This record gives sequence, C-alpha cells and structure tokens, in this order.
Amino acid sequence: MSEQQVYEPRIVAFLCKWCSSAGSDLAGVSRIQYPANATPITVPCTGAISPMYIMSAFNKGADGVLVSGCHIGDCHYIEGNYLARRKMKLIMELLEFIGVEPNRFRMSWVSAAEGAKFAKVVTDFVNDLKPLGPQDKLKKAEHT
Amino acid sequence: MTKKRTGVFVCHCGTNIAATVDVAKVAKEMAGENTVAFTQEYVYMCSEPGQESVVQAIKDNKLDSVVVTCCSPNLHEKTFRDNAERAGINNFTCEIANIREQCSWVHNDKAKGTEKAIKISRSVVRRVNRNQALDAVAVNVTRRAMVIGGGIAGIQAALDIANAGIEVVLVEKQATIGGRMLQLSETFPTLDCSQCVLSPKMVEVKRHPKIKLMTYSDVQEVTGSVGNFRVKVHKRSTFVDPDKCKICDHCTVVCPVVVPNEYELNLTARRAIYIPYAQAIPASFTLDEDACLGLNPVVCGKCKDVCEAGAIDYDMRSQTVVEDVGAIVVATGFDLYDQANMQELGGGKIEDVLDGLQFERLCSASGATQGHVLRPSDHKEPKEVVFIQCVGSRDPAKHCAYCSKICCMYTAKHARLYKKHVPDGRAYVFYIDIRSGGKGYEEFVQRTMEDDDTLYLRGRVSKLYRHNGKVRVLGTDTLTGQNVEIDADMVVLALAMVPSKGTTEIAKVLKIGRDKDGFMAEAHPKLRPVESVTGGIYLAGAAQAPKDIPETVAQAGAAAAKVIALLSQATLNRSPLIAKVRRSHCTGCGMCVEACPFIAIRLEGGKAVVNEALCEGCGSCSATCLRAAIDVKNVTQLQIYEMIEACLAV
Ligand SMILES: Cc1cc2nc3c(=O)[nH]c(=O)nc-3n(C[C@H](O)[C@H](O)[C@H](O)COP(=O)(O)OP(=O)(O)OC[C@H]3O[C@@H](n4cnc5c(N)ncnc54)[C@H](O)[C@@H]3O)c2cc1C
Ligand code: SF4
Ligand code: SF4
Repeated sequence: MSEQQVYEPRIVAFLCKWCSSAGSDLAGVSRIQYPANATPITVPCTGAISPMYIMSAFNKGADGVLVSGCHIGDCHYIEGNYLARRKMKLIMELLEFIGVEPNRFRMSWVSAAEGAKFAKVVTDFVNDLKPLGPQDKLKKAEHT
Repeated sequence: MTKKRTGVFVCHCGTNIAATVDVAKVAKEMAGENTVAFTQEYVYMCSEPGQESVVQAIKDNKLDSVVVTCCSPNLHEKTFRDNAERAGINNFTCEIANIREQCSWVHNDKAKGTEKAIKISRSVVRRVNRNQALDAVAVNVTRRAMVIGGGIAGIQAALDIANAGIEVVLVEKQATIGGRMLQLSETFPTLDCSQCVLSPKMVEVKRHPKIKLMTYSDVQEVTGSVGNFRVKVHKRSTFVDPDKCKICDHCTVVCPVVVPNEYELNLTARRAIYIPYAQAIPASFTLDEDACLGLNPVVCGKCKDVCEAGAIDYDMRSQTVVEDVGAIVVATGFDLYDQANMQELGGGKIEDVLDGLQFERLCSASGATQGHVLRPSDHKEPKEVVFIQCVGSRDPAKHCAYCSKICCMYTAKHARLYKKHVPDGRAYVFYIDIRSGGKGYEEFVQRTMEDDDTLYLRGRVSKLYRHNGKVRVLGTDTLTGQNVEIDADMVVLALAMVPSKGTTEIAKVLKIGRDKDGFMAEAHPKLRPVESVTGGIYLAGAAQAPKDIPETVAQAGAAAAKVIALLSQATLNRSPLIAKVRRSHCTGCGMCVEACPFIAIRLEGGKAVVNEALCEGCGSCSATCLRAAIDVKNVTQLQIYEMIEACLAV
C-alpha cells in the first residue's frame, strides 16, 4: 500500500482511566464506529501525562497525539486535569516554536457517559490530520 | 532483571472479538515478543474452562506474568488477577489489553482492527515486563459513619447503621431534621399523616446512643478515602442551648423582628428567634443571626430578658468539628424547580399560584392555616382549584428533560385532600399522561379520577394571569381538541424535583460525580445504584434521582447495608499503585510537592517523601518531575515510553 494513496495518520491516544477510557468503553458497548487510527494508552489521570510523553510519541513517528480526560471540574483526583490543561497549552506553543503544526496535538474532555463524543473526537481528529500528511519533523531516523 | 516469562491469552469473546480481529494473528504476533513464553486463544476466556486453562498454563509453563487480551479491564481485570493469584503468582503481574470495547466493537475493517489489536496487546505486554509484584496495602478501617442530610433518607440510613452497633454522625444543614417529609400533610397512597409516621423516627434519632446529631451544620472539607475519611463540619451557632430551652415560646412573643418563614415556604412569617415546627428535633428554638437586631442586649435583648431557662447566649460561637469516619452516606434531597423559570405560568409572581409543597402546608394541621385550605390573597376558601402536572418536567427544550416521577401521584393526592377540606369545591387536573407505577398507586389515581367533582384534563396550560380577583387559566384539552379557560381561585403547580441547593458544592467537597441533570451519580445504573463512583461514599433518597418515600426508605436501607458491610471489615485493601521516589534521582526541587492534589508529598532531608496513606496514585507528580525521580508503581515513565513505542511500531 503506497502512503501517498491511502495515508492513514497514526495517533497515540492518552486516555484517563476514569472518564475518557470509560467513555471509549461506552462507545464500544454502543457499537459506535470510528476510524482505527488511534491506539489508546490508559493512564490514571491526564495530570499524569508528562509533556515528554507527547514529544516522545512524535519522536517515535506519531502523526498526531490525543489527550482526553474528564471535564474540567470533574477530575477524579480533584485538579489533575487543570494541571494537564496548563501543561498542554505549553505543548502547543512548543510545537509551534519548533515548526510542527500545533493541530497535530489535541486535547478533549470526554466523560464516562459520552461514548458518542469519544467516537466523534477521534473521527474529527483523523479527518483534520489527513490534510497535514505524515509528520516527519520530529521523527527520529530509526523510526522511518 | 531476569527475563520475564509472560503468557498472553487471547479471547475470541464468541464472535464479539473474533469477527473483526484476527485473533490467531494477534496470538502469533505476541508469541514473537521477546518476553512472551506462552500464548493461547480461546473462545470465552472468562468462562470456567477458560479461567482454568489460564491457571493451568501459568503453572505448567512457569509463567511469571500474564496479559489477557479481551474486554475492558472494568469487567474482568479482577477475574484474571484472581486467577493469577490462584496459580501462585502476584495478581499485579496480570494486565488486561482491551481489544473489544476499544477495538473490535468500534471498527469493522478486519485488517485495520487486527493491526490495532496487535498494537494494543503489544503495548500491554511491554508494560507487564516492568510490572512489579505488589501487595495490596491493608489499612485499618474507622468503624464510624457519617450521613449528610437529615431528611427521611438520612434518618433511615442513620438508624439502620446505628442499630447495627456502628456510631453515626448525622449532619443536617437546617435547624431541624425531617427534610421535606416533615412539610407534607398526608402521604399517598395510604393518606396517612406524614408527621405521625416521621416524628417517632426523629425522636429515635435524637435518643439513639450511637447517633451524634449535628443540625445547623455544614460539611466543609473531606479528605482521606474509603475506610478513613476525615470530615470538617462547621456547626453554626443557634445562640440557644438546646439542653436548656424549654420551648415555652416566651421569646417569640417579645421578638420585634418579623421575617418570612422559609420552613412554611414563606406562606407565613416568623420571628428572628423561632422553632421551625412544633415537632422539630432538636426540640429547641434557634436564633437567626442575620435577622436579629444585633445579638446585643444594648440594642434589643428582649428574648434573653424573658427566657427563664437562661437558654439564650448571645456569645455562643460557631464551631468547626473534625470527625473521622470510614463511610459516608449522601442524602441531601431535593428542591422544587424555581417558579421564576416558568415565565408562561407567571414566573412565581401571580398571587394564589402555589407550588405543591405550599399546598401541603395549607392542608397540614400544623401549617400556616391550621389545616384549613385558604388561599393566601384573601384567606377565603377556594372553590375552584386548578392543579397542573409536569411543570418544568419532561421539557428538554426549555426546562428539565426528565420525569419527576412523583407528581402524578401527589397531584392526585392533592385533589383528594382538597376535596376532603372543601367538599363543595371543584378540582381540575391538567396532565400530559398519568404515570402511576407502584403498589396501590394506579388504584389511588383511579379513585381520584372517579370523583365527580375532580376533572382530569389532558393537555398543557399555556398561560396564567390575574383576572377579576381570580387566576385565569388558559389551556387546551388535547382529547377534545378544545381550548379551555378556567377562572380559578387558586392554582397549584406540580413543579419538577431538582437536586437541592448546594448539591454542586457538596459533590465537589466529596469528589463524587453528578449526572447530566445534576443529581448525584450512581456507580452503575443497574448493578450499583446506591454507590457513588468514589469508594466508601453511598447515595440515598432524592439526592440521587426524584423518588417517593417508599423508594427513598428502601434505598436508604440499601446504602446502610453497604456501609455496615464495609465497616464490618477490620482492614481494607487499598490499591498499591501509588507513587514511589527514586532517592538517587531526586534533587529535592519540590515540583512534585506543588503538583500533588492530595498534599501527599513533603521534602525531608532534601528529598521527596510520599505519604502512602494519602497518595491516590494520580501520577501528577511523575508528570512534573524533570528527573523521572518519582513514579507511580506499575505505571512508570519507562513503562509509558515503551507502550508509546509499541503503539507506533509498524
Ligand atoms: C409536594 C410534594 C408532595 C409529596 N408527597 C409525597 C407523598 O404523599 N408520598 C410519598 O411517598 N412521597 C411524597 N413526596 C416525595 C417526598 O417528599 C420525598 O420522597 C422525600 O422527601 C425524599 O427524602 P430525602 O430525605 O431524600 O430528601 P429531603 O426530604 O429533601 O431531605 C433532604 C435533607 O437534607 C438536608 N440537606 C440538603 N443539603 C445538605 C447539606 N449539604 N448538608 C447537610 N444537610 C443537607 C436538607 O435540609 C433536608 O433536611 C412529595 C414531594 C413533594 C414535592
Ligand atoms: S435579640 Fe434578636 S432574637 Fe432576641 S428578641 Fe431581639 S431581635 Fe429577636
Ligand atoms: S501520585 Fe503523586 S501527585 Fe498523585 S497523589 Fe500520589 S504523590 Fe500525589
């Protein structure tokens, strides 16, 4: 399969255990279909996601990185997602600074009750990444 | 580190997984992983033979860690961890790769689904390589409970728990317990007197040696977790010593201040010093600090002068009390939807348009009119009364989307009570449809409808306004298609039940979730209806959803049973997935101390130290530490990096 013809962006999706991972489970239970581009990694909280994880994902060849957690104010750990939101803003600026399209990084709030929203977040992200083409600015040589 | 011997067990889940994921290929790919010593696929891994084969395979192949690629860990993580333990290995060396909810069920392209399932499985295999064997942390349980809210839900829960021999702290924000039930006149479907059934329970609460009652109090702060909560309760001053107050009522006679009486839903007034109801528990007067002329004998001091019992103390101060409890029941109840939101029905500004609770007070012998149904504007007996159901309910566009569940029933009751008080009166009931599920409920409504002077009209009311000393009601009868116009003496609105004021705040303090309508959210709608998502916090009564008294009492009993079961254990197992500091890497910068939402980290001798009792394992610290010196066990930075790599491998 040639990449030019059917380019499928590769996404790492960091999901918090309490809300977005449960929301993605609900999408499953409801059999809501969405593209298979995003591979989930469940973490305790979006607050546990180090900016380094995101850079590492780009390094290792991700075309997009998604971080999804509880709605602001609903964090299981009180304020983890506030911390995350602050950090993630920095990520956007950093990406822009080093010349990677900041839209390759996305943050969303999906609760355990929002299966359909989870599916939409992934679908939209895949659609928005497609026109950008493969990310190779940060990709390390050994991963190409 | 010696090389791991991981077993990977791939479940077909019938065709649930196998239809969109090539399970054989997943197993084959995993077999190629460096640390995988064994792979197996099976049609239903969670079935009895499936589980047995996992146990057997662990033993036969000397596996030291396990990955089951199957459904969500929320379903079977415990199942397979128990199996790991049965087979003699540590249960924390077993992890689940979710290839059903997060993969096979949401993709229909088999090639892509399989590719993703492989990535997910591989990432979990890599994670498990670095999983440590961990032991659940046993923590002692505080054998005491707290109930927040002293309505019938809280009263029932407190009594049930206390009768099991467990001490209970019952916290009520108002000056008396009893909640809404104390405001009701008679109750459907038996029409027995509400206070008569409730008062003995209230007295029992007061007298129970195992119940500590704190009225006029608010929960301010909750720390800790299941088994060991620490709660800060703010007890406002009532300026009257309940042990001395003789309820002689001398003070109210002399108090010059008159304010609306919120306990009578503002139908009457009260003094600055007052007792909410004759049946109030604690049986004592309360001095309303905001209304009083200044708690100062120079300014007024009349009540103190006449109080022979010497119960009044202007210097009494509010207190903050700390209570340690192992479990909490939330029973904060409901309010009625604010009439101000119902602009088309006058927005609460039209005289003689009442809400259901106000009507209860008009019927109640202990109410403002001593049980005579008299309309507020001129104290005359209303001869035509219109009752309107579903006000603010079942209206997703403008108001509450849900059905408040009990209004059909209490409106039928209101029509009956009205006819009892005003036998020559006429009642009209506007309804959308009648929902009367419940023992004896349908019969109750039918009997009300059969009354010749009670007219049930199917339809919505479009407008209310004052007209010639009456309230004009404009509506449509959708069964006949005709417009209806009634000049009523009084109108009663069956307003939607909404979470009580302060629910948002108390949910935040407790760190429990709320549902889309703002009620307290249960952990599972079918299987865990009285638990919140937070361990050790349970729900009862109308705080969780609109419900009537029988249902409230049943739920309160269920919540109490859960509390009793929890507190019957001497120790509890806490998740060992908590933070750990690598002292050699820690420079003592203190960034993690700042980041921790649970104040679980302190610096000691220039190094971060985690308080294991407080750490919840959120990982905020590890995401902040620039030197990777702090990690949550089994979710370490190194593990995440390897999972990322696995997700992106082609
Ligand atoms: C008009 C009307 C008529 C009704 N008639 C009937 C009937 O005939 N039969 C029937 O079965 N049901 C009837 N009901 C329903 C009944 O009132 C409820 O089922 C019942 O009151 C629910 O009890 P609860 O304890 O959950 O809530 P509530 O009665 O609302 O009690 C909650 C208590 O918690 C306290 N509280 C709230 N927040 C806090 C906080 N943060 N801290 C401390 N305390 C707090 C409140 O002050 C209150 O005392 C009627 C309801 C209405 C509106
Ligand atoms: S001191 Fe306050 S409560 Fe007492 S009589 Fe005067 S105004 Fe009323
Ligand atoms: S994981 Fe870290 S930040 Fe979270 S509670 Fe534990 S010590 Fe605090």
